[in-house]
Amino acid sequence: MSTLTQPRSGDAKTSGSYLRYELLRLLRNRRFFVLSLGFPLILYIFIAAPNRNVTDFAGTGLSAPLYYMVGLAAFGTMSSMLSTGTRIAAERAIGWNRQLRITPLSSRAYLRAKVLTAYLMALLTIGLLFASGLALGVRLPAADWVSMTLLILVALIPFAAFGVLLGHLLTTDTIGPTMGGITGVLALVSGTWFPIGHGVFYQIARLLPSYWLVQASHVALGGPAWSTLGWAVVVVWTLVVGALAVRAYLRDTQRV
Amino acid sequence: MRARGLVKTFAAPQGPVRAVRGIDLDITPGETVALLGPNGAGKTTTIDMLLGLSKADRGDVSLFGMSPGDAVRAGLVGAMPQTGGLLRDLSVRELVAMMASLYPRPLDVDEVLRLTGLRAVAGQRTQKLSGGQTQRTRVAVALVGNPGLLVLDEPTAALDVEARRAFWATMRTFASRGKTVLFATHYLEEADANADRVVLLAAGRVVADGPPNEIKARVGSHTIKATLPGVGTDELMRLPGVTGAERHGEAVVLICSDSDAAIRQLLAAYPLARHIEITGAGLEEAFVQLTGGDEGNAEVAVDDRSSGAEELGR
Repeated sequence: MSTLTQPRSGDAKTSGSYLRYELLRLLRNRRFFVLSLGFPLILYIFIAAPNRNVTDFAGTGLSAPLYYMVGLAAFGTMSSMLSTGTRIAAERAIGWNRQLRITPLSSRAYLRAKVLTAYLMALLTIGLLFASGLALGVRLPAADWVSMTLLILVALIPFAAFGVLLGHLLTTDTIGPTMGGITGVLALVSGTWFPIGHGVFYQIARLLPSYWLVQASHVALGGPAWSTLGWAVVVVWTLVVGALAVRAYLRDTQRV
Repeated sequence: MRARGLVKTFAAPQGPVRAVRGIDLDITPGETVALLGPNGAGKTTTIDMLLGLSKADRGDVSLFGMSPGDAVRAGLVGAMPQTGGLLRDLSVRELVAMMASLYPRPLDVDEVLRLTGLRAVAGQRTQKLSGGQTQRTRVAVALVGNPGLLVLDEPTAALDVEARRAFWATMRTFASRGKTVLFATHYLEEADANADRVVLLAAGRVVADGPPNEIKARVGSHTIKATLPGVGTDELMRLPGVTGAERHGEAVVLICSDSDAAIRQLLAAYPLARHIEITGAGLEEAFVQLTGGDEGNAEVAVDDRSSGAEELGR
């Protein structure tokens, strides 16, 4: 009966222990772990190392190593967040989500563990890329490193919801190509590989949260990296995708 | 556990499927109850509603005096769904320990591993287990939370004879601690051998409910075979103690709940009946008679309790 009178502490306990096993599973799945961390890192070194002396990349005022560092952090962290979907789809495929729903673990704690695991992957990706940037000569005040990291983490919130949404909509067969496609297109139109000019692409891109991920590098120019539009885009996408994710979750749990 | 007037209908391309048509069920703590029925009788649908995994269209369920959701959150419920795999990338011990950590008063992990015969493979990753080991791990996962109510949907479907025996030994140990166990099965012998009580489902309704031997006595404990031309099965069905009648050429077969009453009346009403044979029937025959596959047969042998359920379903 103690769990009924203290539901919050019980929830925190189950939530924490579930997260612990979730992380253990992440580390055990070595192929996934190494590939998702290694892929953006290798791309970064291949692209940024030959251009390490470009100080004003494509008129942005940013050095090429800095621009690509954040651009590939955007690419890598988006993949980290969407990988939640792969994990959820795999658990749904074997009916593990049903098994968990007959335990005291709340759906909130379940989803929280999934999102925190994705955020841990994202932080590792950021850490590896920033360290490589440092090695390639990126120099910034400490405050800029911190605010870039924070902006990226904020812009990832809608992607956390997107991962949960995809995990409940798609099956293990379809989620891989879908995620790869989405990440690839978003990275391209948001400026991971080259800055977006001022045409139609720009008008579309700046309404995407991934664009603002890449824009986090603009802290180096002094002044705020994000305009009001940037914040609004992230908030609106968070609310819309968040609501869709909740709906997909509820629909999935009501189906037999 | 208490369920009242459960109804569940699914939409399907060929029209709505009335999976559950009005089920009442009371289970008192400590009982081991078998939910017996053929495929499509509504066992899994009923279990899903009892566990709060799906919502009934009509009717109420309470577990330990609360809603299924609250009982699940309080850690009072453990379940093993009919199908399902195990989470990858953990050892058997880690997976069982993880489930234990989600419950407020779990059993000792080592004790559960011993009880389910998993000690030898405790260190193995779950994706490397054999079919039988996987099934035993699923049992361990359902048990380790030390739930007051354990629900198992066709738990032995994937097991060989030896593993089945071991499984039931485990369940008896668990039930002996005052736990309530509800299991769905379509094996009659299994219900007979392992349950205190059998609830027989057919076409989404409870058609019989009682101790296994009482069910046998009540619904077709004996059959009477006789050669009796020219009498319709409708007339024979009106004899006292007869729950079913079939004709095979000149021969008739009467399935009886009270063969003594039936034979007296049969001879009185039809003195021409010859070659009379009375045989005891097992639960198997009762089962076939009651659940015969289609709805018409299922309604042949309604007793007092199930006719109540039937009214609720309409």
